[in-house]
Order: sequence, then structure tokens, then C-alpha cells
Amino acid sequence: MTLSIITFYVFASVAVASGLLVVLARDPVHSVAWMILTFFSSAGLMVLMGAEFVAMVLIIVHGGAVLVLMLFVIVMLDADLAELKGSLAENLPLGALIGFVLIVELGLVAANWAVPESARAARGAETPLITDTANTTALGLILYDDYILAFQLAGLILLVALVGVIVLTLRQRQDIKKQGGNGQTYPARGIDLKDFKPGQGV
Amino acid sequence: MHDPGGVGIEGYLTVSAILLAIGAVGIIVNRRNVIIVLMSIELMLLAASINFVAFSAHLQDMVGQIFAVFVLTITAAEAAIGVAILVCFYRKHGSISVENVNAMKG
Amino acid sequence: MYAAILLLPLLGAIIAGFMHRVVTDQGAIFISTGMTAFTAVLSWIVFFTFQPGDPSVELFRWIASGELETFWSIRVDRLTSVMLVVITTVSTLVQIYSIGFTRDGDHPDPTENFQGSARSRFFACLCFFTFAMLALVTGDNLLQIFFGWEGVGFASYLLIGFWFRKSSAGSAAIKAFVVNRVGDFGLLLGLFGLFHLTGSLMLDDVFADAEKLAEINTAFLGMDVQALELICLLLFVGACAKSAQFLLHTWLSDATEGPAPVTALIHSATMAAAGVFLVCRMSPLFDLAETALLVMTIIGAVTAVFAASIGSVQTDIKRVIAYSSCAQIGYMFAAAGAGVYQAAMLHMFAHAFFIALLALGAGSVVRSMQRERDMRRMGGLKSRLPVTYWMMIIGTLAVTGIGVPLLHIGVPIGVSGFISKGMIIQAVFVGQNAFAVAAFGLLVLGVVMTSFLSWRLIFMTFHGTSHADQDALDGVHDGPQVMRWPLYVLAAGAVLAGMAFYGSFVGNDANAWWGGAMANAQMIEQNGETTSVLEAARAVPIWVKVSPFLAMLLGFALSYWFYIANPDHPKALAERYRPLYLFLQRKWYFDPLYNFLFIRPALWLGQAFWQRGDRSILDGFLNGTAMWFVPLMTRVAGRMQSGFLFHYALVMLIGVSALITWFAIGGGG
Repeated sequence: MTLSIITFYVFASVAVASGLLVVLARDPVHSVAWMILTFFSSAGLMVLMGAEFVAMVLIIVHGGAVLVLMLFVIVMLDADLAELKGSLAENLPLGALIGFVLIVELGLVAANWAVPESARAARGAETPLITDTANTTALGLILYDDYILAFQLAGLILLVALVGVIVLTLRQRQDIKKQGGNGQTYPARGIDLKDFKPGQGV
Repeated sequence: MHDPGGVGIEGYLTVSAILLAIGAVGIIVNRRNVIIVLMSIELMLLAASINFVAFSAHLQDMVGQIFAVFVLTITAAEAAIGVAILVCFYRKHGSISVENVNAMKG
Repeated sequence: MYAAILLLPLLGAIIAGFMHRVVTDQGAIFISTGMTAFTAVLSWIVFFTFQPGDPSVELFRWIASGELETFWSIRVDRLTSVMLVVITTVSTLVQIYSIGFTRDGDHPDPTENFQGSARSRFFACLCFFTFAMLALVTGDNLLQIFFGWEGVGFASYLLIGFWFRKSSAGSAAIKAFVVNRVGDFGLLLGLFGLFHLTGSLMLDDVFADAEKLAEINTAFLGMDVQALELICLLLFVGACAKSAQFLLHTWLSDATEGPAPVTALIHSATMAAAGVFLVCRMSPLFDLAETALLVMTIIGAVTAVFAASIGSVQTDIKRVIAYSSCAQIGYMFAAAGAGVYQAAMLHMFAHAFFIALLALGAGSVVRSMQRERDMRRMGGLKSRLPVTYWMMIIGTLAVTGIGVPLLHIGVPIGVSGFISKGMIIQAVFVGQNAFAVAAFGLLVLGVVMTSFLSWRLIFMTFHGTSHADQDALDGVHDGPQVMRWPLYVLAAGAVLAGMAFYGSFVGNDANAWWGGAMANAQMIEQNGETTSVLEAARAVPIWVKVSPFLAMLLGFALSYWFYIANPDHPKALAERYRPLYLFLQRKWYFDPLYNFLFIRPALWLGQAFWQRGDRSILDGFLNGTAMWFVPLMTRVAGRMQSGFLFHYALVMLIGVSALITWFAIGGGG
């Protein structure tokens, strides 16, 4: 057993265990904590696979931003946590069944799985040698080149999400003065339609 | 083919499959707590990302990592919207328990 | 200079049409008329300085797509220069006349006046009409000719429907447009065929391949037909529609719904002449297509009689002139069919003058009579409209063909119609076409009828007793000077054009003068010798030479006897032979026939598609789907919605499991 194999098993087992605890924890705050651990372990797995950039993004964006956001929400909303507990036991059999079916099926897939001969030829962009180009550089070269449109669209989706979040959570307060653009630009005025014959005018 | 990180790709795929199943189970067992449902979805998307990266390493193809980046982007957007909906819901009902709410009934 | 001739009328049309607010209505009128007049001057310079062999003027490359390459270029040859002169001169005179004609802003009829911007619109349309016709005649390739062809059709639509608030004018414009579409379809098929077989639309390339085309066959509608004959017949269908020949003539009489200057322009120099021009332009092809020439002779000769017979009983003064013009164009086709394109061109040249003269004269009469067009309510106008009267007399003399038969001092002596029509009749007589003799008979009969109907018009309008109200008569007087001078010029042209251009067009050196712009007159066998039709036509027996003159006198005599000596006789005759009278009066029942054959089935088909196809089937299907099926499914689907978030998640996960199962079993496709 080399060091990398040991590392894999450590990260893998931690990821699976903490993932399980995310679901099973009674307190949502604990869930978030376990979730962060899951992300860190997964990031470790990705580093092992040579995807450093994705791993770091995972830690920074998800571990750092998204989950902290969730933590904020849990704390801010001051929800009655006791009310949320207790449904675990009654649904566990159904959940376990579906989880079991999924695992078995995915295992079946994994057992019968093989890479076709054509897979190499179908590659979109071959990974350069790590000694020539760092992972982040290689990723950037492709992302800003072949996938610039998808990249921009992803940015657009984020923008839409941003706008959506603002729209959803913005509160219209009645006790402050605000500007009404349309109403100020187009004052109300009466329009009446007239029917006229050609050549005669109104 | 390249074997990423010592063990074969099968190890990573197994981890990914287990995380996906856990996420699925989490959605079902936590029917009241929307926050954990959201995190379960995150888990499933994480599993997908690991899958992408594993195949990327296995086939020596950078595109898999590109897609992992995109998955992470979408996850971030989804989480933000989900949390925003949650805030709205809380303002309206004073609670984040969704078990007995059926406003979507047709 | 050629580019200026082509483009100045377009410029005039644009200024008058779109910038009349800037330059004022008066300015628009004078600018557009000035443009056309300047063009006319240039055209006459071209006409006299032109030497055969001048190269084409290339303006710019138009369409280059695969094999097809067309240039926007001006074909410079004798035919172009002749057409330029005819078109620009008549257009200029018509526009000058229109300056006076349209000056009636206070006319009470709201649907039919020239108030407001209607004047500048009218002049813009006239200018555009001239431009389109110039584009047609200067075209160096068939695509460009087609552009002009369609432009002329469009302009005629605008002008016939000029008084668009009148429903009859709108219908007439649509009718003209639709009938012309039939011809355009034939023309287009001909162009496609030419391009398919020769790979080019340039006139020179096409003419170079003419002999080759005459030797090959091609498939058409599942038949194996001679390629050249087919193409020529298709082109002739187009020419027929544009020139209102038999079977496609129905739009012509309705075209008089436009203002009188429009009638003059359409029937003399622009629209109706386009068909004859096309045949002459394509004469190197037609010359080798015997069947097409035969068909052309038949259609031309039949039209000459047919149109004149209808014109003889019409009472609308403008329609009479329209039918008279239609008959004259029949003569041109008959001549082209006999292989003497030169005579056809001479007749077109003459016809442009005298028909424009007659149409403008009729316009003056109608205008002074407060838009009254029925000749039965005129009469005795000679003293009130002296200028118009004498000009109409000159026009009538020209169209009927007065002259001194058999006298030949270098040129024959007579008005233009006498010379050109005489030449055509003699040429048809010697022509070696299977239909030539019959055509000769029909054309002479046509002369009788043309003479009859032309003098009938004069007698009913200007002689006898007046049938109009005294009030209406008080205001009747000749138009202003600006309307008289064009008539004087046209009258001079109508009298002198024949004598002036006889030598050049159809004289001994005609082939050299035309310089290969058209096919030379056909060579025929006569008395064991080979001579050209032109020469043979000059050597016909004396009875042939005098027959048109005698026919003309006969027509005059008949007309005089009917309308001056025995004014009651026509009515009695019409009563006695009522079916025949109605047959002619209703234009050989072509309109009802076409209505029954084409329009009704087309409307029925449209109705069927609309009511059955669209309303019942498509709308029924869609409405049924939208108002019954979809709500039903909605109710069913709505019952499946519990509204609990949990259920949706569960269903989704079960779906995911099912998908994975499918992939696991199917191996991912």
C-alpha cells in the first residue's frame, strides 16, 4: 500500500461517513458542519486525481460561501428546530429502500462497465503533462477558449440567480419615499379612438 | 488508461455512488427540514462533480474538469435561490417546516 | 449618357414620390417632367449619333451565383435607340399634358381628383413607369429585361389603380396585375428554359446558341418537344399578356380606369409595346422557330379583328381607343410572325404617336365633359372643342391609314399608319407562313373595322346633335395651352413618322441600318428566286397594295352612313341582331367565361381551403385540442398534484432510479 492509496481510503471513508451524518444529524447546524467536512474530504479526493483547481473552488465557494450562507439562514430565521426533528424514523425504511436500490444499481453498472476503444479518440482536450502546464493554467486555456460561450452563459445564470434572489427577498416597505419611474415619465392621459372615412378626415 | 491517485477509477466511482445514494435518502428521510433537503441536493451534485473529475483523470481529458466547474456554478446558483425561497417561505409562515404545506396543489 | 437616360427618370420618380414635401408639389411636377424631357433630348441625340457596333455600357455586376452571372448593363444597338426615342418622347409629352390635366384641385368628385399630394404621386408614378420601361428596353440580359418587365407591371398597377378610393379602379388594377402574372409565368419559364439549356442569360450568349437550340429537344410536361419552339412560345405567352393579345387581353379595357394620360402611356409607348419589343429583341431566336411564328401570326391577326370588332360597339370613349390600340398591336405581332420585325417596329413607332394622340385627345374630351365617358351622351362637341377635334381627326386619319396609294416618291406618301400598316399587310401577304393568306384577309378586315370604329368615335363625339345637359355643356372648352402643345407634337409625329423613317426602318438598306439588332427580314422563295420578305412585300400585286386603302374607305363610308346619314340605323340594327350585338358589346363574353373557368374555381378552392381546411379541420382540431382535450388532461393531471413537497421529491427520485435501471439494463444505449 502506497501513501496515495492510504490517503484515498482516508478521504473516501471520511467523505462517506460525514455525508451520512449530514443526513442523519438532528440539528441542522451540525448537518452544515458535517457537510463542510464532506466537501473538504471530496476536495482531497479531487486533489488526489490531479484536479487541484476544482478542489480549491469546492472548498472556497461551497465550503466557504454556500454553506456559511446556509448557516446564516439557519441562525437568522430562528426556526423552531424541535419542530423539524422527529420525522427521521418514520421515513427511514422507504429512504433506505431507495438508497439500497440506487447503490445496487450503480454497483451493477460499475461491475459491467468498460471504456470503449473510441473513448480516447473522442476526447475534447487532452490533459497536458503536469510538468509542462499546471492544472489551473490548462483549465483556463480551455475554459476561456473553447468554452467561452458556456462560460459566459454560466455567468449569466449566476446573474439571473442574483436578480432572482433579490426579487424574492426584497421587501416593499411602505414607510419610505421612493421613485416611480414609469408613472413619472408617462403621466396618465385620456385617449379616445375615432372612426373616420378615408378622404374626409376626422 | 491512467489510474488516478493510486487506486483505480472504480474507487472514486464508488465513493460518488455512495454520496449520491446518501443524498437521495436524505431528501426522503428529512421531509420536514428544507435546509437539509437543500444540502442533500448539494451532496448529489457533489457526487456528480466527483464523477466528472474521476473520468477526466481516467481519460486524461480536461473537459471533465470544465464540466465540474460548471456543475459547481449551477450548484451555487441553486443554493442561493433555494435559500431565498426559504426566506420568503419563512416570512409568510413563520416556520420552515414544509411537511403540511400543499399550496402547489393543482 | 446611356446611364443618365436610364437613371434620370428614376431620380425624378424618387424626388417626386418621396421628397415632394421638400420641393413642394409644383416643384415635384416640374422636376420629374424636366428629368423626362431631358432624357428625351438625350435619347434623340443617341438616336441620331448612334453607330452600329457601339459597345454595351456596363453599370455594375448584379447577380453572380454559380453559373449565373448577370451584369447591369445597357445594350446599345439600333433597337434600343429606337425604343428610347419612342418611350421618352411619348412619356415627356404625356407628362407635359398631365401638368394641365391634373390641374383640377377643386373637382367635386372626392374619389377622382388630384387634390393634395395626388399630383406629385401621379408624376412619380409616371416617371417610375418610364424608368421601368427604359430598364426593360436597355436590358443586356434577360434577367434585367425581366426586372423592367415586372417594373412596368407594377407601375401599371399603381397607375391603373391611381384613384384607389374607387373600387372599380382597384379591381381593374388587380385584374391587370393578375393577367400579367399569367404572362410573367410563361416568360419566367422561358427564361428558366434558356438558362437551363444555354447556361447564360446574356443576350449575346443566348443568340449565339440559337442554332444549337433549334436542333435539340427537351422535356416539358412529360412531353419531348423542340427546345427552341418551346422557349419561343413561352416567351410569346409573356409578350401576349403584356401586349394584351387575344386570350390574355381582358385587362386592357379595364385599364382605362386610370386617368387619361395613363391610358395614353400604357397603350402607346410603355406597357403594351413591351410585348412587341420582347419579340423583336428575341427575334434571332424567334426567327428559327417556325411554329412560334405561326402561332404569333394567328394570334396577332385574330386580335386585330377581335379587338376592332369589340371596339366597334363600345360606348366608352376610352375603351374604344383601348381596343383600337389592341388591334394595332395585333398588326405588329402579325408582322413579327411573318418575319418582318422591322415592319412591326415601324408600326410600333407610328402607333406610339397616334394612339397617344387619340388617348390624350379623349382625355381632353372626358375632362371637359366633367368625367363623362359615355359617347352616347356626347355629340356636337366640334364647335366647343375645336383644337381637340382637329387633333383627334389627325389621329384618326393616322390610325385608319390615309395616304396616296401606289404613289412612291422615294417613300410612300401618307400618314404613318398608312405606311406601316400597308407594309405589314403586304409582308404578311407574301409571307410563307401557313396562315399567311388567312392572316392577310383578317388584317384587311381589321382595317375596315378599325376605320369604322375610329370614325364612329369621331362622329358620335363631335358631330350630330348634343345629348348632354345644357348646364354641362356650358363649361366645355379646350384645355389650357400646356395640354394643347403635346397634342400638336404628337399630331406632327403621327403624320410624319411613317414617311420620315420608312427608308431607315424597312427600306432597301434596312438590314444595314438595324445593324444586326434584330433578325434580318426572312428570306423567301418567290418565283424561283430568293428574296427577303421586305423586298417581296414591295413587289406585291397592285390589288394587294390598294386593298387596305379601299378597306379604310369602306370603313369610313359605313361609319358615315351609320352615324351621320342615318343616326337611327345603328339602334335598329342592334335590335335586329341583338345576340350578335350583345356578343360584341360584352366583349365576346370573355369575362364571364374566364369568371366561370378560372375565377370561380379559384374562389371555390380558396373557400374550400378556408372553410373546410382551415376552419373545420385545422381550427377544429386546434380548438378541440385546446378547449376539450387539454382541459381534460389538465383535470386528470391536477388530481395528481398533492402539493406536498415531499411527494414531488419522491417521484423525482423514483424516476431517477428508473432511469438508472434502464441505463443499467440497456447499457446506456
